[in-house]
Amino acid sequence: MEPFETGKEILLTESAVRAPPPLEARALAKRFGAVVALGAADLAVRAGEVHALMGANGAGKSTLVKMLTGALRPDSGTILIAGRPCSFASPAAAREAGVISVYQDPALVPDLTIAENLRLSGVPAGVVRGWLERFGFGALDFAAFARTLQLPTLRLVDLARALASEPLVLVLDEITAALPADLTRLVFDVVREWRGRGRSVLFISHRLAEVSMLCDRATVLRDGVAVGVVAPARGGEEEIVALMLGTRPGAGAGAPAPAQAARRTGRAEPPALEVRGLRAGALLAEVSLTVAPGEVLGLAALEGQGQEMLFACLAGLRRPEAGTILAAGRAARFRHPADAIRAGVALIPADRLHALLHQRSVRENIALPMHRRLGEWGPIAMRRERARVNEAVRRLEIDTRAEQEVRRLSGGNQQKVVIARWLAAGFRVLLCFDPTRGIDIGTKRQIYALIRALGETGAAVLMFTSELSEIALSCDRAVVLFGGRIVAEMPAAEADEERLLRAAHGLAARPEQAA
Amino acid sequence: MREALRRCLGRNAAPLGLALLLASFLGLTVAIHPQFGAYDVQSLALGALPLALAAAAETAVVLAGGIDLSVGPLIAVANVLSARLMVHAGFAGALGIAALVLAAGVLAGALNGLLVVVSRVADVVVTLATGFIWGGVALLILEKPGGGAPDAFQNLATGTFGTRWLPNALVFLALALALGWGPVRASRLGLGLRATGSDRVAAFRSGVAVARMQVISYALGGLFSAVGGLALTASTGIGSPLAGLYYTLSAIAAIVVGGVSLSGGRGGMIGPVLAAFILTLVPTDLIFLAINPNYGQVIQGTLIVALVMGGGLATALRRP
Repeated sequence: MEPFETGKEILLTESAVRAPPPLEARALAKRFGAVVALGAADLAVRAGEVHALMGANGAGKSTLVKMLTGALRPDSGTILIAGRPCSFASPAAAREAGVISVYQDPALVPDLTIAENLRLSGVPAGVVRGWLERFGFGALDFAAFARTLQLPTLRLVDLARALASEPLVLVLDEITAALPADLTRLVFDVVREWRGRGRSVLFISHRLAEVSMLCDRATVLRDGVAVGVVAPARGGEEEIVALMLGTRPGAGAGAPAPAQAARRTGRAEPPALEVRGLRAGALLAEVSLTVAPGEVLGLAALEGQGQEMLFACLAGLRRPEAGTILAAGRAARFRHPADAIRAGVALIPADRLHALLHQRSVRENIALPMHRRLGEWGPIAMRRERARVNEAVRRLEIDTRAEQEVRRLSGGNQQKVVIARWLAAGFRVLLCFDPTRGIDIGTKRQIYALIRALGETGAAVLMFTSELSEIALSCDRAVVLFGGRIVAEMPAAEADEERLLRAAHGLAARPEQAA
Repeated sequence: MREALRRCLGRNAAPLGLALLLASFLGLTVAIHPQFGAYDVQSLALGALPLALAAAAETAVVLAGGIDLSVGPLIAVANVLSARLMVHAGFAGALGIAALVLAAGVLAGALNGLLVVVSRVADVVVTLATGFIWGGVALLILEKPGGGAPDAFQNLATGTFGTRWLPNALVFLALALALGWGPVRASRLGLGLRATGSDRVAAFRSGVAVARMQVISYALGGLFSAVGGLALTASTGIGSPLAGLYYTLSAIAAIVVGGVSLSGGRGGMIGPVLAAFILTLVPTDLIFLAINPNYGQVIQGTLIVALVMGGGLATALRRP
């Protein structure tokens, strides 16, 4: 893919183009254990440009940003600041070299006041206040502890602090995620002004609309590799989506979704799970959805759209502020995960660490939730327990060579144990939160097949996945969550990655001619 | 203006509350023991001095997010080392030996910090282990209570300053804190220590050298432990290999009562020192009241729980 040049270049003087870019990365690579987070990423941010870094979940954006800002060391490759190779031992070193990042979670120390936080990083308070005035926060009390401030305020303080240190390259990681629209506009004005002074900004965002509004060029990452540089301003959005997916624009998703089993219709049964107007926390605005018995409903969303909160509410980990949850037609108020489990709603969390007893055996882990059924007070009915556990192990093809301690199993097998637990214990609704994260492809297939099989036996499954291609493979129907609301619904057969990705970015459906 | 005053009171609620509490305990003491005089003030100051310094040592570590279980044993080492070396020394020699002991304390503390940072073993485990080592070292230096210190050195703790009512022990403590903690507190180093204890990731991202801060906090803990050991030598006149050991848990009690959060980042130096005085005064009062001393520990434990719960309640009530 050739870098895509635009008329914007005219804005840059000849010398600025010829001078080495303020920030350049060449073939940066990083692996965590067996997982390659970043294969070979190239990136060049020019003087006086706002450069976007884009990519689907897991494409390696955050790994790249961490390496550019000194929070993580690359395995190989070079970072060049104004043409000179640099290696950052810490964020302090990157800051020294002129690369300053405003992270997704603000880097202010909660137990220090704002003034102390500024002193800590050696930034003059007066200049910071000057920038804060631009955002309408000029009157902010610098003697207040950082922990007492609201998240948007904290992000702006963090941004003002970064601007006040006059960085060569300002890195903004999802800066707009916690900001209301009016503040976003002010931030964009400041970023444009910053660009006007010949400074550079690396802008990481999920929101295509913002990128095309603000950015001069965009580097797109896919599977840890920089696959292209495009100009988002003029119709580049389609190209970005295509690059993120690895398809040509307008060509549609690669393989059509497999034909789904005919939906059992005409049943009078109430939905296994129904959610009406659920609201909780800052992220979950209003969600309504239903899952019928025997249906697998896929939920697609970018990071931080409220899916964690939705699952937490459904599993009884958190009480919603408004809205109702109906399990099998009966209003359910879950005060505790035990309430949800009793109502037949079981959660398979993304983090297997929290789901399993790591130092106990596979058998104990699977049998744990059964004990409220098999005579809670008497001695454990070993034979009955063993039969059910063995049945689950057999069905899931769990590799039990290391069965004495669950932590010695591979990630995929651990995930199977989590699922096996609910197979043995019984459930009506299974909530799967990104069930295949960090699992090898073979086991992934087994888990898709299992989820499908569960649907066919009459259980309802609600599955969130960060891998959009999984939805067509294992679901009957898909909904898309954006900004705490369901913004799209479609049968899985039509839920190709492109459609899901557009909806997940908050873009309206593409006109039919392209479909 | 009033807002500023209110905020100042709110921020210093723990030390202010503890100062009030200490004052009321002193009032109570005078009420039940009317002969309470200069001598009693001095013995209170002497009794509280090592504990106050142990609490200061623990505070330096806990503020930066660690915990140090080797404070007591290190006090014991400083105590027996100084008593053994000073036994035939003159005053100037004793001061030189004191400087040596302080340097040893800093090194021992820094060793704790390095072990925690480099090995990534939990701080509780590391300092528990080094605590055992220092305990053994103290016994190797001095098998049984012995040694000594020149009178002029002992006078640094046992004498009075100007008036009979101002014991040298208080001056010693104030100087130790002013010299050992004052410069840290006022500088970016102090901010870095508290930032590290409050949120290690945020501190790292703000450009704080987190690992260095951890090592420095343990080194400061070692310094104050050594000062505590020297104070013990000056106030008792001998070295005792077992006397220091009990200070670890008492120091943790003092910092908890003194408003320092065990999870790090919150609290100050004054609160724990005041708490050390309160925790020393309570057993004295019990003796004056002729209560079976075996109740002393029960009452002290109850007091700790009550004070900590009271502090939590006050915080909860202040928040709207």
